[in-house]
Amino acid sequence: MIEEQIEGLREENTEEVPLLEVRNITKRFPGVQALFDVSLKFMPGVVHAVVGENGAGKSTLMKIMAGAYVPDSGDILLEGKKVSFSHPKQAHEQGVSIIYQEFNLLPDRTVAQNIFLGREPSKFGVIDANALHKMALVVLKEVGMEDIIKPTAMCHTLSVAEQQIVEIAKAISFNSKVLIMDEPAAALSSTEVQILDDLIVKLKARGMAIIFISHRLNEVFDIADVITVLKDGVLVGTVDKKAATTHKIVHMMVGRELDHYFPPLGNADDFGPVVLSVKGGNNPFLTDINLELRRGEVVGVAGLQGSGRTELAEALFGVTPFKSGSVTLMGKPELVRAPSQAIKKQMGFVTEDRKSEGIWPRQPIRDNMLMTVRAIQFMFGVIMKDGIRKSRSLVPSLGKQVDVRTDSYDREVQFLSGGNQQKVVLSKWLASDAKIFIFDEPTRGIDVEAKASIHDMIRDLTKKGIAVLMISSELPEIIGMSDRILVMRDGRIVGELPAKSSENDIMLMATGHIPGDGSDHQVPAGVN
Amino acid sequence: MTTTTITKKSFREVYRSLHIPPVYYFLIVVFLTSGILDQLYSDGQILSNPLIGMNILVRSVALGIVAIGQTLVIIGGSIDLSVAYLISITSVMSSYVMQGKPENVFKAIVVVFAIGAVVGLVNGLIVTKLRVNPFIATLGTSLILKGIINGTFSNYTGSVPRSFEFFGYERVGSIPVSVIILFLIVIGGWFVLSKTKFGAHLYGVGGNDEVARLSGLRTDRVVIGAHIICSLTAVLTGLFIVSRLRAGAPWVGPDGVYDLESIATVVIGGTLLSGGKGGVWGTLAGVIIFGILDTAFNQLGVNPYLTIVIRGAIVILAVASYTYRSKLQVA
Repeated sequence: MIEEQIEGLREENTEEVPLLEVRNITKRFPGVQALFDVSLKFMPGVVHAVVGENGAGKSTLMKIMAGAYVPDSGDILLEGKKVSFSHPKQAHEQGVSIIYQEFNLLPDRTVAQNIFLGREPSKFGVIDANALHKMALVVLKEVGMEDIIKPTAMCHTLSVAEQQIVEIAKAISFNSKVLIMDEPAAALSSTEVQILDDLIVKLKARGMAIIFISHRLNEVFDIADVITVLKDGVLVGTVDKKAATTHKIVHMMVGRELDHYFPPLGNADDFGPVVLSVKGGNNPFLTDINLELRRGEVVGVAGLQGSGRTELAEALFGVTPFKSGSVTLMGKPELVRAPSQAIKKQMGFVTEDRKSEGIWPRQPIRDNMLMTVRAIQFMFGVIMKDGIRKSRSLVPSLGKQVDVRTDSYDREVQFLSGGNQQKVVLSKWLASDAKIFIFDEPTRGIDVEAKASIHDMIRDLTKKGIAVLMISSELPEIIGMSDRILVMRDGRIVGELPAKSSENDIMLMATGHIPGDGSDHQVPAGVN
Repeated sequence: MTTTTITKKSFREVYRSLHIPPVYYFLIVVFLTSGILDQLYSDGQILSNPLIGMNILVRSVALGIVAIGQTLVIIGGSIDLSVAYLISITSVMSSYVMQGKPENVFKAIVVVFAIGAVVGLVNGLIVTKLRVNPFIATLGTSLILKGIINGTFSNYTGSVPRSFEFFGYERVGSIPVSVIILFLIVIGGWFVLSKTKFGAHLYGVGGNDEVARLSGLRTDRVVIGAHIICSLTAVLTGLFIVSRLRAGAPWVGPDGVYDLESIATVVIGGTLLSGGKGGVWGTLAGVIIFGILDTAFNQLGVNPYLTIVIRGAIVILAVASYTYRSKLQVA
């Protein structure tokens, strides 16, 4: 059925030359096939959404089209002519602009100065301030924002949506024909999204091709005309919005086999008492969080990017603590206001960003393993006294437990593979006798074999009576590992699903297409 | 901060549009405090004698000129630690070439500005092409200059003809030439930063190098340009000093701590050390604050080392207050 629509679309568009076309694009990064043989056409006056799970290759594709990456093979055609961009500036000059998630504006310069940076009207090097002002007004008028955004306003005083519009205005001032946006609405409130949507309609009417990446299917259905689904770097299909349904798109996004073995799930009878519970937890990122975690179970936390998954972990661990609500640890009410307190309360946090938050890459394995033990001991006592003696036996035993493959524990962690680095991170929490483990994306960016061994290790932890909260954007991992699944959306836990729930159910709940209220385990049948 | 209880709206608008750097409140506080202390414990010259005010400005000229150049470099996201020894080289070389003869003045000026341009170019090239951290790069050139000058000259060298002393001592009406030159440099710096493409690009490069590059700027040229300008201001400071001292000496730069003090005054003035934000008017206030402190401590006859302590405290206080303000903005 999907194929038929793709055919239909192709026939419709045969007379028109696409503004931008990619043919057989392939891109490999070390260890990852990011894109494989992707061909797409972007027509003038069409809003084209590219959707897919994390790691589907959306961002890589966008960056290739915008000249930030060079494809390994394949062609890019601009208005039917072959082009090759080796630098984003070239793409920019030929009419392909990209707006990244993180903004590219100078906060302490004005709107006009930002839009025309490098292209200021001038005589003998002296800027014609009046002309600059007028030019900026013209561009702002084109995006219909001349009453709201003043050319003389400092960019840091603008709202996120306004900054985004200034970026779009900048792109238009380059006479862009193709505008690529990476998650344009990710940081916007609903009214701001409306402003952006109105602007996109206007740009569409000018005959621009608009391409945007999004995780939010609601948004996609609101503004896109055509939806392309990528999965694991491969084009699944392109469908016309009119012919598409959420269920179908979700199915296209997730329909795949579990590709590796997971250890058997826990047995509900073996789960011990509740070791961690939160009631009515709130902070600026999270609303009304209620959850319980028992000894010996793995609770998976699923949700789209920006749904508050990482924020939940950070709140529990005291990085950005809850402002209200109550937290009970090991049966006692506790306030976790800082990570050091969390560590003392026997919590461990394996962070999402291993490189910047989990390891000291230039320190030996030994010191990395002892990082948390030392952190909670008396500042001047540790290494001088028991630290050394303890570490003599502690480090090898930790290394054995997590199976780090190395010839020496004095090797710097930066020389280990991603999987082995993750094992080192795990071992530093084992060393601190943590009883509650929070994993945020435990297997991101590591190879399949190491993945399996980390999954085994997580399950082994639970057998020792450790409670595990595992955040992951990889649904197979959530399903394969979790004894229960919590689904988050917009900073709330919107529902709980039982073990072995289908990817469809999780995605539908995460995108808000089936309601959950946290107590109700009944969900509509999947659409497989 | 207490002086801003303004009720009239139009006045407030005018005031806002002026974008007065907050360091000026600090300047007023320092001036009044010094004046009151002077009134109480000394002869009260600071508040009563306008000549003292002029004296403060003259004291500020040497540091002020080079601090303007430093402002540009820092706004561009770089830094220049080599100015102190460039000042020394200028003072020695110019008086060496002049040898007290008026006909050599022009030649000497050309020589020292040429040296300055080369030093600035080298600094800029090391920072942009070799990608050496600017702190290290200019520390390196600074050491090289130090070695050259200490190996070549060890004492007062040459002399300056009377005609060249106008820079240090001459007056136009009641205003010293040096003060006029300082203000011309400040206005020049302001003009370059806020009215020219070069200035706009400098803010761009300092604010976000990648944004500037993607906007099509030749970022390297901008940074190199700023370094050359900074070195030229250091040369001008060196010429001012030699015209005051009437002969060049190799220790004038490091003795004046022009490298660190110029950076300190730039930062006190509200320019972001990481670049992309700031301006010369704030720097001028920072320089005058230092000038007031010197004069006041002189008047009060306090241990001069205490001024250094106070300077340090002021640098910390100023920067801490900016950080605090920017946190308020975010919240």
